Amino acid sequence: MTPASTLTAPRRAAPRRVTAEPPFVRWLLIGTALLFLGLFLFVPLAAVFAEAFAKGIGFYLHTFDDVDTVAAIKRTFIVAGIAVPLNCVFGVAAAWAIAKFDFRGKTVLITLIDLPFTVSPVVAGMVYVLLFGAQGLLGPWLLAHDIKIIFAMPGIVLATMFVTFPFVARELIPLMQAQGRTEEEAAHVLGASGWQTFWRVTMPNIKWGLIYGVILCNARAMGEFGAVSVVTDKIRGPGGTNTIPLHVEALYYDYNFAGAFAVASLLTFLALVTLVLKTWVERKNTALRGTEN
Amino acid sequence: MAKKTTSVLPGFKLTLGYTLLYLSLIVLIPLACTVWKTSTLTWDQFWHTVTAPRVMASYRLSFGASFLAALTNLFFGLLVAWVLVRYQFWGKRFVDALVDLPFALPTAVAGIALTAVYAPHGWIGRWLAPLGIQVAFTRLGVFVALTFIGLPFIVRTVQPVLEDFDLEIEESAASLGANRWQTFWRVTLPMLRPALLTGFTLAFARALGEYGSVVFISGNMPMKTEITPLLIITKLEEFDYPGATAIAVTMLVASFVLLLTINFLQWWSHRHHRPV
Repeated sequence: MTPASTLTAPRRAAPRRVTAEPPFVRWLLIGTALLFLGLFLFVPLAAVFAEAFAKGIGFYLHTFDDVDTVAAIKRTFIVAGIAVPLNCVFGVAAAWAIAKFDFRGKTVLITLIDLPFTVSPVVAGMVYVLLFGAQGLLGPWLLAHDIKIIFAMPGIVLATMFVTFPFVARELIPLMQAQGRTEEEAAHVLGASGWQTFWRVTMPNIKWGLIYGVILCNARAMGEFGAVSVVTDKIRGPGGTNTIPLHVEALYYDYNFAGAFAVASLLTFLALVTLVLKTWVERKNTALRGTEN
Repeated sequence: MAKKTTSVLPGFKLTLGYTLLYLSLIVLIPLACTVWKTSTLTWDQFWHTVTAPRVMASYRLSFGASFLAALTNLFFGLLVAWVLVRYQFWGKRFVDALVDLPFALPTAVAGIALTAVYAPHGWIGRWLAPLGIQVAFTRLGVFVALTFIGLPFIVRTVQPVLEDFDLEIEESAASLGANRWQTFWRVTLPMLRPALLTGFTLAFARALGEYGSVVFISGNMPMKTEITPLLIITKLEEFDYPGATAIAVTMLVASFVLLLTINFLQWWSHRHHRPV
């Protein structure tokens, strides 16, 4: 640490930068990191596909012929098709209110929007059982009017909406806050209506952030397991309530491992597509930011 | 929430009103039901439920395994972030994208994949079995699943800070005579501390509530490998709604304390470590 020690340090033939580690250390760190990722990420990822094709491609394809599998896939698409757009509209509305206006309690509101991320998926499902279940707050009334929410589609949709609630909002809020309101104000002062301002000025600015949020929201909506398993009775087939992740569980506990992993490979493929899209949008976003500067 | 804005833009009442309505209907009112259901219990019943031996064992496992998993990720997450930011190697972009896999992969899939890999005959389990290490269907399995789930949180909070890090600071440390390790330990690491703390808290909070990836690998034996979220589901299936709610409220309080901690940490890190 003394200045003298640096002065007397022997000169190297090809000095490496003072902010770089020796190659040995560098490769040791890279190796350790890759080993860790290998054990926890890469090997399980590869295992999904290896197990899925363990009984051959014929069996793999046969799994997707099954009426229960088809029903589960359809159900998942319907659930995501309802939950994602609703959360998307909410995200845009919340971001507009928070980013374009000043009001008291804004920080509290942002914290509350993030709340579903810190609540266990199991609790997310449970709260709807407490509200709409047979012994729930509204249970007797629903029963009297023959409305089924728990152990039916509405319950699955609600539980999914809860767990995917913050995705779009939390992407858009910081983005729109950073962009400020001058552009919108200019458009409005020049005579644009609220909708025109939103669609023609705000939307092009937040497009990629919105797409990013929707991608993440959709991945979670299609893959949600904990919250959904609380509000379903795990009955298979077209009349049941199984979504894709629940169908994976059902096949797994039937000891039909190849079938379970075959269906799981579909979700894994979806996850990989999500990662590719996410990386692509991120790159697009930095590229856009680069041209602006 | 009184309006005290001078903004000329329209849509404040509409968007804020919709936001509050939607937030209340989907999140706040359902969550408030937990308070209502808990209030049907007397204090003695509540206390008895949340401190029953089986429940206490599940807290110990959930909190203990979540803490250890987050701690493991603190170390390896920093290492991964460091390697991704500072070094060049073949396949780096691929690795970088794949770090988010635990965010994107449905938890049930992660659960069965980890079980398959770490079971005694699995790809990794078969190498651990001769050493007497059993991962699947033990507490170690819970730890493995929670480590998988928490990994991206640390990497993704540390990575941007490390990317924005001004190398001149490390250069000045070096020019003042610090060796590489001293520079890292005394200069770089303290500047990463807020991000590491945030990442740790996020990973810990996520692990506490995690269900899907754990239930397959843990074996779910009461008192041994039963996590708290599973216990909540078990109580619900027995139609013991107040019991399930009491345990859930205990977990919710824990989560809420964590959320406040995260927000405080973010505020603190912004205040003390603005990019130079």
